[in-house]
Amino acid sequence: MTAALLTLADSRLPAGGHTHSGGVEQAIAAGVVHDPATLSAFLRRRLHTSGAVAAGLAAAACGADPTTLVRLDQEADARTPSPALRAASRQQGRGLVRVGRRAWPSPAWDDLPERPHHALALGVAAHAGGLLPRDAAAAAAYLSVSGPATAAQRLLAMDPLAVAALTARLAAEIDAVAAVDGVPAAADPLLDLLAEVHAARKDRFFAS
Amino acid sequence: MPPDHNVDDYVDAPAPHRHGGPLRVGLGGPVGSGKTALAAALCRTLGAEYDLAVVTNDIYTTEDADFLRRNAVLPDDRIEAVQTGCCPHTAIRDDITANLDAVELLESRHPGLELVLVESGGDNLTASFSYGLVDVQVFVVDVAGGDKVPRKGGPGVTAADLLVVNKTDLAPLVGADLGVMRRDADAVRGGRPTLLVSLREDPTAAAVADWVREQVRVRGAAGADTTRA
Repeated sequence: MTAALLTLADSRLPAGGHTHSGGVEQAIAAGVVHDPATLSAFLRRRLHTSGAVAAGLAAAACGADPTTLVRLDQEADARTPSPALRAASRQQGRGLVRVGRRAWPSPAWDDLPERPHHALALGVAAHAGGLLPRDAAAAAAYLSVSGPATAAQRLLAMDPLAVAALTARLAAEIDAVAAVDGVPAAADPLLDLLAEVHAARKDRFFAS
Repeated sequence: MPPDHNVDDYVDAPAPHRHGGPLRVGLGGPVGSGKTALAAALCRTLGAEYDLAVVTNDIYTTEDADFLRRNAVLPDDRIEAVQTGCCPHTAIRDDITANLDAVELLESRHPGLELVLVESGGDNLTASFSYGLVDVQVFVVDVAGGDKVPRKGGPGVTAADLLVVNKTDLAPLVGADLGVMRRDADAVRGGRPTLLVSLREDPTAAAVADWVREQVRVRGAAGADTTRA
């Protein structure tokens, strides 16, 4: 069970995560993130908003019936006001479905839309891999910080040891977010605005 | 491994690098070697023969897509630019998701598509395409990079299905010996072909286009795929 969870949360799982910065590319452009301290603040802010929502959705999607999956996909839309973030989530969901079908074959994949929200794909992947809802939530919460952390490292040429330490120190908070019951409706207007500005740029390295 | 888990159940039957749908040709190579010029030349030469499209992974955003559009070699809806998250190499070899998305988008937009050129971002001699993304790959180096490049090898030079040595017109100016480059390439490529070209002197890339035609003929174009279950 643990190995399946490690595989699901591994940044090297070829699901397209490396092309998304979780908003950090635009946060850097806007001056919001510029060093380890400001990156840490950004990651925590993201963890407790979109990370918490993703964790709740992933847990709810793990083992859910087809009707529930459709409802959860709508709930994800309702919690994601930014069209750019919806598109980014569905693009990552599509990537995870592609590799998930091969890695963890299961009829549950057919219950998802072709481009589901990423958190739903995580939930289905976890279930197909023999994992529990809490594992799906843990993967979602962890990925909500690990992606932007490495993106910031690349964009700012930060010390990778500093970034690794910073991510590791968030472990307890990540676990706490993953343990929350239900699907929260935590929003962050800053992340929404950054995503919309970013999507309109032509000179970007990351898809989101 | 438990007896009910056989590796063969998870790995597709071996196919000779064929994905079905349009033939996907990777164009890789170092920065400035002429990948985009080659893509543009192939579009001009083959655009009337095949239903074709281009995916570009330029290291800096949409530079190459804009180049292709400016040169009017392809309509906008046949060019897709991929953001590679600062890692052009990862996007064509280790995690090809974004590129597969782009190919799928082009296929859905143009159901009769026969040929997709996937141009990598400029990288170094170790860059190569995953055969999960492309059916065949071309590696482009240039004479101005020095006549030692083929000898240095690397996966692109040694293993690409076609090696193109571009800018032969510059050889006298940079003191490069084309004979040495040809001999060194042949020595490390195990019989795979190498073409010495000058895209400035021949903007149609006639020799490379011939090679691509042969790949389409041998490996089959859209709808002709028989290798994949």
